[in-house]
Amino acid sequence: MATEITPGEAYGFFTDTSVCIGCKACEVACKEWNQLPEKEDELGFLGQSLDNTGELNGSTWRHVQFIDNVPDQTMSEGNGKAFLLMSDVCKHCKHASCLEVCPTGAIIRTEFDTVFIQEDVCNGCRDCIAACPYDVIDMDEERDVARKCTLCYDRLQGGMEPACAKACPTDSIQFGPLDELRNRAKKREATLHAQGLKEANLYGHDDKVYGGLNAFFLLMDKPEAYKLPNVANAVLPSRNNIGGYLGGVVTAVLGLLATVIALRERRRGGGESSESPEDARA
Amino acid sequence: MTSFAEAQHFVGDPEWTWYILFYFFVAGLAGGAYFLATLLRHWGTPADEPMARLGIYVAFPATLICPILLTLDLTKPLRFWHMVVNTTPDGFGLNFKIWSPMSVGVWALVLVSLFTVVSFLDALARDGKLRGLPAAVVAVGGTKAWNVVGAVLWLFIASYTGVLLAVSNQPIWSDTWALGGLFLASGLSGAAALLLLLSRYRRGAESSHPVLEIGERLFTVLELMLLAVFVLTLIADGTLDDAFGFPWILLWLVALAGTLPGLRGLAAGRLSVTGGGAVTATRVSAWALAPSLVLIGVLALRAVVIFSAQG
Ligand code: SF4
Repeated sequence: MATEITPGEAYGFFTDTSVCIGCKACEVACKEWNQLPEKEDELGFLGQSLDNTGELNGSTWRHVQFIDNVPDQTMSEGNGKAFLLMSDVCKHCKHASCLEVCPTGAIIRTEFDTVFIQEDVCNGCRDCIAACPYDVIDMDEERDVARKCTLCYDRLQGGMEPACAKACPTDSIQFGPLDELRNRAKKREATLHAQGLKEANLYGHDDKVYGGLNAFFLLMDKPEAYKLPNVANAVLPSRNNIGGYLGGVVTAVLGLLATVIALRERRRGGGESSESPEDARA
Repeated sequence: MTSFAEAQHFVGDPEWTWYILFYFFVAGLAGGAYFLATLLRHWGTPADEPMARLGIYVAFPATLICPILLTLDLTKPLRFWHMVVNTTPDGFGLNFKIWSPMSVGVWALVLVSLFTVVSFLDALARDGKLRGLPAAVVAVGGTKAWNVVGAVLWLFIASYTGVLLAVSNQPIWSDTWALGGLFLASGLSGAAALLLLLSRYRRGAESSHPVLEIGERLFTVLELMLLAVFVLTLIADGTLDDAFGFPWILLWLVALAGTLPGLRGLAAGRLSVTGGGAVTATRVSAWALAPSLVLIGVLALRAVVIFSAQG
């Protein structure tokens, strides 16, 4: 049943990695809908597992990670592990690091509670790249501005679900109102636990990670295995504001003190130097 | 800083490279120069005025160079004004985000340029190089209040560059709170060295040599203390190897070499320049060697911090 999309409500993705089959339909659908160009070296062969996309970047807004979780030798036949698969995307963080540092106001929160970069406002300072803890934002090489997943802002405005969720054949990517998705995710986690898959864990469904992620995940390993910072490390850039400025203020005061001491020492040492510039330096 | 736990960094590189490096370098030196000029002029003796004016002359070009470097670093340079004006439809107005050092820094740069240009015109007028200037400029540009506000703004500029790096999720940068202080201390010692170097071309400026020499030694001590804090914070977050591993260690050695003149002066003469602290040199090359080494160290320090985190 199609989701009714109403401005003013919060929407997002629930990505259930336990059913991802690595088909990359989401990547293709995203590229197609958003008319994202291929990067120069994109058709190359990375030689690292089945993943040839490599990363999220300015022209790849969905990336299926293939994380090699297969031990070299299994203890007994059939007792191995499979690839961890995860269709990665901008998390549309409630407390978004990118939005926090953006000096131009180019990064905004939309009426669907998603995080959106206004391309005509962005001037390419790249502060958001240094801030995003998920390595999501990158420069678009053709447009020279920062770009990332828009959660298909244009489709939402037209009442359509995002292209990746529409294309996903296993419902690994589910789109909908955030509250509904969270309830669904909790039930799914409970089901997997009941089946003995205790490693299943939700990431970003509550406010522990960046105040809650609009694009949250059900993972089959620790967050770090998927290059997602764990709860202790999910910290905002602004945490360093006070300490950084205080360090500067204390140094300024000590610098002032040092100069005052230098002025006094000169006076005590008999006033002006009698040396020529040449003599005074070494 | 994520204390006492190995910080996890999955962030991308902003590719802040040469323009940013030279911006940090110029901003640090100009900040230190204006600050020293202010103190020499208002808390020194009348004989310090030539060096004070030299400090203002050194700071002035930075008001042109810094915005140019920052603009060139943008991938859309013609949109540089988006830093101060919000062009979001329905959101038109001025941009100012107190928690974004880049936003605060841009405004500080605008303000400090105003203060520096007026001080520069005042210095030119006092040197008899500019006539017919509105009396208000001359009356204001060299006053204590004007110079003190300008100096505070410049201290901010020299230091916020470090905070800008720290307010991110980059390894090394975001693992420490010491960068703002470290860049400021090295900017102060670099400015003292630069003024000593240039004083050769300014008659009467040698009267202030003792102040700058003693100052440079003390700034060096301050810089080394902050470097120690920087190292300790990186150890706590497990990123020390990223910052000091090969090839970065080579740049660190250059940065440390920049502290040698200050340390040497301190060891030889402590806070005196009339004793063993003054080293006699007759050749021009020897005269320029120590300040040049300090300046190269100032540049190397910023280079290693900027580049090692984006390895
Ligand atoms: S994942 Fe990165 S780009 Fe997306 S909202 Fe969060 S901080 Fe911004």
